[in-house]
Amino acid sequence: MEKWENNRAWFLILPVFVIVAFSAIIPLMTVVNYSVQDIFGPGQRFFVGMEWFREVIHDERLHSALLRQLAFSCMVLLIEIPLGVLIALAMPKKGWGVSACLVLLALPLLIPWNVIGTIWIIFTRPDIGLLGKTVNDLGIAFDHTARPLDAWITVMAMEVWHWTPLVALLAYAGLRAIPEAYYQAAKIDGASSWAVFRHIQLPKMRGVLTIAVLLRFMDSFLIYAEPFVLTGGGPGDTTTFLSIYLVKIAVGQFDLGPAAAFSLIYFLIVLLFCFVFYQALQNVGTGESR
Amino acid sequence: MGLTLEHVDRIVDGETHLCDVTLEFPSGSRNILLGRTLAGKTTLLRIMAGLDRPTRGRVLVDGKDVTGVSVRKRNVAMVYQQFINYPSFTVYDNIASPLRLQGVPREEIDRRVREVAEMLRLTPLLDRLPAQLSGGQQQRTAIARALVKDADLLLLDEPLVNLDYKLREELREELTAIFERGRSIVVYTTTEPTEALMLGGNVVILDEGRVLQTGPTDQVYHRPTTMRAAEVYSDPPINYLDLVVEGSQARIGEQVTFALCAHLEGLAPGRYHAGLRANRFFLKRRTDRDVALESQVELSEINGSETFIHVNHQGFPLVVHETGIRTYKMGSTVTVHADPAQFFVFNQEGSLVAAPEVDPGRTPARR
Repeated sequence: MEKWENNRAWFLILPVFVIVAFSAIIPLMTVVNYSVQDIFGPGQRFFVGMEWFREVIHDERLHSALLRQLAFSCMVLLIEIPLGVLIALAMPKKGWGVSACLVLLALPLLIPWNVIGTIWIIFTRPDIGLLGKTVNDLGIAFDHTARPLDAWITVMAMEVWHWTPLVALLAYAGLRAIPEAYYQAAKIDGASSWAVFRHIQLPKMRGVLTIAVLLRFMDSFLIYAEPFVLTGGGPGDTTTFLSIYLVKIAVGQFDLGPAAAFSLIYFLIVLLFCFVFYQALQNVGTGESR
Repeated sequence: MGLTLEHVDRIVDGETHLCDVTLEFPSGSRNILLGRTLAGKTTLLRIMAGLDRPTRGRVLVDGKDVTGVSVRKRNVAMVYQQFINYPSFTVYDNIASPLRLQGVPREEIDRRVREVAEMLRLTPLLDRLPAQLSGGQQQRTAIARALVKDADLLLLDEPLVNLDYKLREELREELTAIFERGRSIVVYTTTEPTEALMLGGNVVILDEGRVLQTGPTDQVYHRPTTMRAAEVYSDPPINYLDLVVEGSQARIGEQVTFALCAHLEGLAPGRYHAGLRANRFFLKRRTDRDVALESQVELSEINGSETFIHVNHQGFPLVVHETGIRTYKMGSTVTVHADPAQFFVFNQEGSLVAAPEVDPGRTPARR
């Protein structure tokens, strides 16, 4: 009887297996398949072992793309998280202002990603763009198609404009979840507003900020559409982030083997970083260090 | 320090939360604000603390008007229904935080924190964070934070309501002892009549933003001046029966009549409401005076080691409180006995006209 029940349990979790297989395992295995073989056509395949991985790991352009990507993601976190928290703190707590702020904040999140790239191309063009023209007229030379620093600033500004609202919304939700009594208690104690932020609001927002950091790190590490539309990875290679470089290998040069190996490494890097971030943020402020 | 509220109104968005509240809390007094939810208890506490300003009226401390003085400049401490502690501070730092903000010297902070921690049995937990404590321990920490300030005014807003039954009993006893030792004015809100009786001191019965009655807790329990006050000060709510007095006889409903006795003797003929708490109904005959009320059982609920039997006597819903666990079939007929000498009698306007004599040997539930 007990055996029969066990079998039925397997049957019941079968749908989950099927879904996971189709959503993750099967697509992932095709990539693994490509990463260890050299495939010329149907029936023409050669097993190459770790060859593609070796090639990719020694690729100088990949190294610089990885460093660029890390620098970009770190800057995204350093700017967007504090800025989002600041915006959330400054938002009204009740009245019509709340809805107005929420709608305004949500707007950039609703725009398709390649449209965002297009918006910023036009916005920052030195000849006709509102921002580009203004800055140039002020006497500051600015051209994101020609100068690497300007390209970086533009990509960064676009990313911050696009995604800080998400951090702000998360932080705002975290702030709203703090019971009023905490603020009253702090007021009765005579705590300063900095102390209220440091000892009540920040610890109480830890959960949502963990999610914000993870989401923003992952998304910015995988960024593709917006810089591809805006700069196409240039000028030169200066805004070629990992996924742009990956697409160049896979679609531009049609080197599917190295591209597959690269994809797997890319995936593992993201997984590793997320794990590290998650662990670190889980242990912050739980007192284990005290 | 004495605290006085003078004709305090609090109106928020056209809704009256408090209406003409005038109260006096002498120095060192223990006061229970008793009222149902939304009676205005928390609103009143917030005004006393200085967190909110009254719409009208004044708050006086030792005769000095402090109505507009910010909470930061007042010497108050407050404990909330939720367990409010700084999440990233240890228990020690939590208790020490109000003293640190006041700039008390280190050694004194240490001495006072340890003293309060000992009193609330938190000493072994001083290095823990609030998230690592049980609910009871978290609330003890919050109470310790309030006590360590040694404030003139200690406000507790239903502090035990989120704790389980056992912890509540335990902490209530400790609090009673702690309040006795302190010198602050204690104001404690609750919805539970038994809690008010256990804590003692003075009671303020609050209902829909108005003060119904004030006085020593047991005296008010024995002489609620209005039907409303009696309802608030009874759990389960007091039972009412229509009473018609004709000469020296009284009649309940159509059939049940009895001779006016004891405190009921002087009642003028007319219609009244007789009030009787659930624990004054019995299923057995106890005295010769008892009236017997044939009733149908509608529901019987077991609460701890007690049973509440909801019955219906000719359209009057009554609740009978029986000690011990019993089960009664729904729809069955029981005879409920009540001693007319225990009746509270209210006139048609709802004011008390006769209250039973208090038997000094049988004061309720006080410890």
